[in-house]
Amino acid sequence: MRLILELFLTFAKIGLFTFGGGYAMLSLIENTCVEKKQWITHDEMMNITVIAESTPGPIAINCATFVGYRQKGFFGALAAIVGMVLPSFCIIFLISMFLDRFLEISWIAHAFQGIKIAVGILILDAAIRMFRKMQKKWTPRIILLSAAAAMLLITVFSLRISSVILMLAAGAISLVLFLAARPSAKGGDAA
Amino acid sequence: MILLELLLGFLKVGCFAFGGAYAAIPLIREVVLSYGWLDDEMMSYMIAVSESTPGPIMVNLATYVGSSQAGILGALIATFAVVLPSFVITLLVTVLLKAVLKNAYVQAVLGGMKPCMIGIIFAVGAWMIFRNGIVIQEGTLLLRPLILTLVLALIYFGAGKVRKGGISPILLICIAAVAGIAAYGV
Repeated sequence: MRLILELFLTFAKIGLFTFGGGYAMLSLIENTCVEKKQWITHDEMMNITVIAESTPGPIAINCATFVGYRQKGFFGALAAIVGMVLPSFCIIFLISMFLDRFLEISWIAHAFQGIKIAVGILILDAAIRMFRKMQKKWTPRIILLSAAAAMLLITVFSLRISSVILMLAAGAISLVLFLAARPSAKGGDAA
Repeated sequence: MILLELLLGFLKVGCFAFGGAYAAIPLIREVVLSYGWLDDEMMSYMIAVSESTPGPIMVNLATYVGSSQAGILGALIATFAVVLPSFVITLLVTVLLKAVLKNAYVQAVLGGMKPCMIGIIFAVGAWMIFRNGIVIQEGTLLLRPLILTLVLALIYFGAGKVRKGGISPILLICIAAVAGIAAYGV
């Protein structure tokens, strides 16, 4: 019961401070669930992020479900997800009821000018941390660089190409390289 | 009936919104406009609010649209519907994960997807910093966003060098909000 409550409160805190979507949340998850609480390892976080990126829905929900389930099964997952969603649910609900012109409140708009930059820094920091822990080989580095370049082009020119396409392409290329690297595998598999 | 429409509409969003909120926004717009819940202008406003409040953008948007259409019950149902598919899918994946991950072919595919994802995240972060830090208005570079960016970057990455562990992301968000108000006034 105590762990359930802890999961709920931890993810409520993460939910309350996640601005600007799922990528920014990766820094918070890494900081809280990997470094402080040690609920999951960095590798597990990488795996679930890849899975989150290739399954539908908000990345935050995928991560919360995974961590919650690992700690306390189904109810752990449920506690984490309710914690994740509850703060923003309350905030949005109050805004929709009482604040017609939320974005025109000047101090909120100004605070958000700062927060937007912080979110960019957090996302970049998440990428740098992941890069440092990556295998020091050439193939993944080339994939990383090409993906970053492609994503920048997509964003700068607002192309309607989903990042999922890039992920699938990278997965396919890697699989082909793997198969090509072991030509004897055919015989090996049949045996 | 509006509640059933909200449930079905946002289940669809939850099932097909691949690749994070920015990829999902066009899909949500399509669903919302096709049911005639909101006009385009109100929709754009709600997207902006959802981006500026904490929490997953998709969930915020679902809560907002649901609440505008059918009060608290609408908000609850829309939020539930948008979360349900990824909750169920992740549960299934997690239960099967260990066995699947050991497979050499799965390993090979993941080995390509991981660096690709890091590249994507890198590009998104760099672009966000660039877009919000370098603002050119009427041919002149605005100083305040640039200084704000440099100060925040210095605080965050500098703290990592001075103190082990640096400052937490939550603290950075708080500092950034205060710095934004300090730079632009209340």
